[in-house]
Amino acid sequence: MMDAVGDVQRVLVLGGTSEIGLAVLRRLAGRRRPAAVLAGRPTDRLDAVAAELRAEGHDVDLVHFDAEDRRTWAPAVEKAFAGGDVDVVVVAFGILGDAERAWQDPDDAAALATVNYTAPVTMGVDVAARLRTQGHGALVVLSSVAGQRPRRSNFAYGSTKAGLDAFYTGLREALRPEGIRVVVVRPGFVRTKMTQGMPAAPLAVDADRVAEAAVSGLRSGREVVWAPPPMRYVAFVLRLLPAPLFRRLPV
Amino acid sequence: MAPVTSTRRLLAGWGQTSPTVAEFVAATSESDVRATVEDAGPRGVLARGLGRSYGDSAQNGGGTVLDMTGLSRILSIDATTGEVTAEAGVSLDTLVRVLLPLGLFVPVLPGTRQVTLGGAIAADIHGKNHHVEGSFGNHVAAMDLLLADGSVRSLTPQTEPELFWATVGGMGLTGVVLRATLVAKPVESAYFLVDTERTRDLDDLMARLQANDDEYTYSVAWIDLVARGASTGRAVLTRGWSARADQLPRRLRSRPLHFAPRTRLTAPALFPSGLLNKATIAAFNEAFYRRAPREERGAVQGIGQFFHPLDAVANWNRVYGPRGFLQYQFVMPFGAEDAMRTAVERLSAAGTASFLAVLKRFGPGNPGLLSFPTPGWTLALDIPVTPELGRLLDDLDDLVLSAGGRLYLAKDSRTTAEALHRMYPRIDEWRRVRDRVDPHRVFTSDQAKRLSL
Ligand SMILES: Cc1cc2nc3c(=O)[nH]c(=O)nc-3n(C[C@H](O)[C@H](O)[C@H](O)COP(=O)(O)OP(=O)(O)OC[C@H]3O[C@@H](n4cnc5c(N)ncnc54)[C@H](O)[C@@H]3O)c2cc1C
Repeated sequence: MMDAVGDVQRVLVLGGTSEIGLAVLRRLAGRRRPAAVLAGRPTDRLDAVAAELRAEGHDVDLVHFDAEDRRTWAPAVEKAFAGGDVDVVVVAFGILGDAERAWQDPDDAAALATVNYTAPVTMGVDVAARLRTQGHGALVVLSSVAGQRPRRSNFAYGSTKAGLDAFYTGLREALRPEGIRVVVVRPGFVRTKMTQGMPAAPLAVDADRVAEAAVSGLRSGREVVWAPPPMRYVAFVLRLLPAPLFRRLPV
Repeated sequence: MAPVTSTRRLLAGWGQTSPTVAEFVAATSESDVRATVEDAGPRGVLARGLGRSYGDSAQNGGGTVLDMTGLSRILSIDATTGEVTAEAGVSLDTLVRVLLPLGLFVPVLPGTRQVTLGGAIAADIHGKNHHVEGSFGNHVAAMDLLLADGSVRSLTPQTEPELFWATVGGMGLTGVVLRATLVAKPVESAYFLVDTERTRDLDDLMARLQANDDEYTYSVAWIDLVARGASTGRAVLTRGWSARADQLPRRLRSRPLHFAPRTRLTAPALFPSGLLNKATIAAFNEAFYRRAPREERGAVQGIGQFFHPLDAVANWNRVYGPRGFLQYQFVMPFGAEDAMRTAVERLSAAGTASFLAVLKRFGPGNPGLLSFPTPGWTLALDIPVTPELGRLLDDLDDLVLSAGGRLYLAKDSRTTAEALHRMYPRIDEWRRVRDRVDPHRVFTSDQAKRLSL
């Protein structure tokens, strides 16, 4: 359970090597060392992250799943909760994909939709059931400003985030009466490995800034968090622009 | 037997900080309690009284919570010995009202009368008379405890000392107290003779308490934590005795045991939300300090005025707004006055908007294995939750630990299992007793999970 000042005891990161997911975990930890459950593909990178967190003093459990393989989703959630109550679940996995292939190659489109939408939604359903059973908990979901008004340049990705965002925004309402909180985080351009080599967009932030916003939102009871905060106004304006104008924006 | 019905309910402590959902069962009989305990699912069951513990002591997320307030009958009163037997859900408020006309008084009263007999035992609560009369458990002659297997054990400190003293202060984790016998104390009136002193600072306060506290039955000091610099820790010290009938002014003498608390206002009317901030608190504290006489002897005060100045305002916990607040209470042993001073300085320097803090001298503790009071100084204060608070209190925990002190479970909502276990050296003994009567942890709470009790 999240205590009176917002400290937690056990955190599940779906997407255990995600830079933003780990930054959220570290921000949540503060000076304490909550237990961490890292869920991800069984890679060297996942083991290295686990070793790093253990060196910092966390108890770490590893749970393996592959966002492209549906058969691994439910067992991963089950295993993550078998070790005890989870106070916060961070849904942090996702891919950018190849924007041009994603709207021309059906396999690419399907993979992007599966990893970014079907998997987090399916696992979210399982997670929600378990949080209801334990009577407490919170979800932090990494959405994206890209889902607010998908652009020509990466609309397949944007569409998955739009769907994800809509699902978790609705889930938030469904879980509200049960005292379970869902915080939807909408970052703009985040400088991470995933975006390495891409030209940084205006208002770019790093993973820790996103985590800081997410955790302060979680602790103060906010439901939607933008990173950086002015992103909300940018998104608001972008949504209102008529298509001919929007089309000509250099973003 | 009819199945006991339950509803899913979001439950929190008095500070409103970490609500969780549980199956809520309003028990009205022993068989309701037994059926609920026997039906408990994997997430266990917990008794709840009036929910006046501040943190997560009286909640059990995902499990079952037994509302005990429906078991509130007074079963017998022996006016000569003062022995009162009642069901555990009765409030101390009811007991005070029923006992006073008989010339009896509840032996230990906390800062609110709105707590149950069961909650008073489970937290082994203390009052203003701890330094001379001890905590609640010292005045319990017997109790019936329903165990995890559904059986009922009658406990007295003589016949079952282990389980008795594991249950006193045991935060509901050994079983459900069904009924208990309390030894009330004789009084001649419903009034108190009160001496009030204003102290310059903390040292002045502690010196006065050391000098002659034991001459008074009741003693407590209200510290103004907003005051800084030379007046850090300035306080209003109020101490007194239960008044004899012949000490009352004429107009009260005809009905010395009369007790009629005023109707309660609700908090929102007094404090529109958002009104509570550093400026209003500073003004409140200043007024409280200035209004108190510099020195006054033998003033006659009623129970409400003397014990429960805040009870006149129902739901005053809401004034802190939707983010809730917590109470931080610790005790440090005699000899740790420097650490005490450091704690007060840190709290006032941090500028956490807080109403008055309460400081008191504790007398000897009792055999309760998890009982909070130990000889020394205790400080309690309400603090609204702010983002920096966790860190400030973690640091204070370290200070309390290094001074050999401890935190109070009935107030805690945020410390760590590691710190708490170090603060309670007899916790392993307590766990052995608990494991014997409840090996499968049928009784559990959010706090028990958080602190690995
Ligand atoms: C304004 C205010 C002032 C206070 N002042 C003081 C003070 O001066 N001194 C002090 O010591 N405390 C003080 N308290 C704390 C309060 O006295 C304790 O938290 C007390 O335990 C509350 O009783 P309750 O009936 O509300 O119990 P709850 O808060 O409902 O429960 C507290 C604990 O008791 C257990 N419990 C309740 N009923 C039973 C039962 N029948 N069998 C087994 N376990 C049971 C619960 O499981 C839980 O662990 C104060 C609280 C407030 C709000």
